[in-house]
Amino acid sequence: MRALVNQRFTTLAILAVVIAVLPLIFPSSYYFRVASLVWVSALAAIGLNILMGQAGQVSLGHAAFFGIGAYAVAIGPAHLGLPTWAALLIGALLSAALAFLVGRPILRLKGHYLAIATLGLGVLVALVISTESRWTGGPDGMPVARLTLFGWRVTGSDTWYWVTGGLLLIGAWIALNLDETPTGRAFRALHDSEVAAQVVGVDVARFKLQAFVIAAVYASLAGSALAMMNGFINPDQAGFLHSVELVTMVVLGGLGSVVGSIVGAALLVTLPQVLTVFHEYEHLLLGLIIIVSMIFMRSGIVPTLSSLFFQRTRS
Amino acid sequence: MAEFLQFLISGLTVGAVYALVALGFTLIYNASGVVNFAQGEFVMLGGMVTVFVSAAGVPLPLAALIAVCVAVVIGLLLHRFAIEPARGASAVTLIIITIGASILLRGIAQIVFDKQFHKLPSFSGDTPVDIFGAAVQPQSFWVLGGAAVVVLGLYAFLERTVLGKAVLATAANRLAARLVGINTTTIMALAFGGSAAIGAIAGILVTPITLTSYDVGTLLALKGFAAAMLGGMGNPLGAVVGGLLIGLLEAFGAGYLSSTYKDAFAFLVILVVLFAAPQGLFGRRAVERV
Repeated sequence: MRALVNQRFTTLAILAVVIAVLPLIFPSSYYFRVASLVWVSALAAIGLNILMGQAGQVSLGHAAFFGIGAYAVAIGPAHLGLPTWAALLIGALLSAALAFLVGRPILRLKGHYLAIATLGLGVLVALVISTESRWTGGPDGMPVARLTLFGWRVTGSDTWYWVTGGLLLIGAWIALNLDETPTGRAFRALHDSEVAAQVVGVDVARFKLQAFVIAAVYASLAGSALAMMNGFINPDQAGFLHSVELVTMVVLGGLGSVVGSIVGAALLVTLPQVLTVFHEYEHLLLGLIIIVSMIFMRSGIVPTLSSLFFQRTRS
Repeated sequence: MAEFLQFLISGLTVGAVYALVALGFTLIYNASGVVNFAQGEFVMLGGMVTVFVSAAGVPLPLAALIAVCVAVVIGLLLHRFAIEPARGASAVTLIIITIGASILLRGIAQIVFDKQFHKLPSFSGDTPVDIFGAAVQPQSFWVLGGAAVVVLGLYAFLERTVLGKAVLATAANRLAARLVGINTTTIMALAFGGSAAIGAIAGILVTPITLTSYDVGTLLALKGFAAAMLGGMGNPLGAVVGGLLIGLLEAFGAGYLSSTYKDAFAFLVILVVLFAAPQGLFGRRAVERV
């Protein structure tokens, strides 16, 4: 048990050090921006990983919640005169409520049926966002008011670097801790075998729903953060391709691994930035990298590499 | 009445394309257990290759044949170099691989072709045919007829030939099929090739109506996947019925309710159907063995 607590602490400490030290080697504010994008995506991926990696349920429509969070901080101040922080909370509440309402019937489904149901939910939310242009600005998107906290206007890519980095640390801390709570153990139980979990008294439906709601809130907060950071938002953030991107981050990095989600997010956010050098070949290379890494590291980058590492040190 | 008929025929036409995409999904899913998200890319390839080969001066039928062959080769390559090496990986890992393949194929299409929209001429002119007051594009008949030929051909292949029965046996139980001497790897390759051909045919037939570009595959794959699930995953008849149903829903929904939410109806209905019947309309209830 001590070892486990220490391992959790080490992970968080390393993450904190990385966030603190990275700016020292950043040559320009562009790097702060890309890194903030990584932290935001990683936050959403960690949440999705609680649902996928810990509770073993797939969601192909998770960008819907990301979109709800993002549009909440855009629409709240612009149309309803709400302060941004209140809009952020309302977005998270809305996401949780939607996940709660739709979750119960959807999560009865298994495997590919669950995949198509969540995919459908995601497509519907994205459609509403891009169609109701009176509220959302339609396919062109809409501007987002700057966040003001106690008279402090949060702007600038270095400021947002620290804000998103802090959010990521909190998110990672909660996810790591969750793993060791009765809820986390219930998630793992129903991941391994739903029937067995049911037999030992785990309320399968309730815990699946819990994981879904938690993942939705993570995505919603990440979406709000991204919208406030960019000062602009468009429906792509809620679309199917973004959902796929989030799932890819989780699976590529490693299901059930918090560090994996961060690595996956870092890869999928920075790769396109790096690959722009190759102009036209960007998509081709991205597709190839995804295929090759999934073939050779089936359980994801972080679990595969760490098991390699531990095998080597043991022998 | 004329209006109703108009929606009915346009719904069936679009539905026939969804049905072919769903059939491709089902074929691969049955033989290998993989949900192939690159299925829409076969449709894109069918349309795009035909457009570019016929633009180079090759007569349309030959260009179409070349497009189908290209798609089949790509399908076989996909199986050989992306699916086969990952044999035994989890379902979600395989899904990510096919998503990677679809990004890759889109990337290649972007380089080899371009990012513009392209059109093919209709196979038999553009003069609408009047059916009880509904104006029907001649190409609609090509789509419906082509889809019917593919469905019947596939049915005959699966039920009447030894190779087809081997595919069915593999779908029913891979281990048992291998025990009776069926080379399941060949069967899987066959499924990928066949599925690619079906997708490409759908793409060639529908391009004169809907245009094509390097990224038409995504939405088609989503609708086809939805159609396959609506009918019950793994059931070829269900895939065809599911595809036609979704096409009809879209056409009537867009016609009578709201055209801006055209794409929503399919997914709304999927959600409702899955709430009521978690195995799709024609799917067998899965029994979990402990």
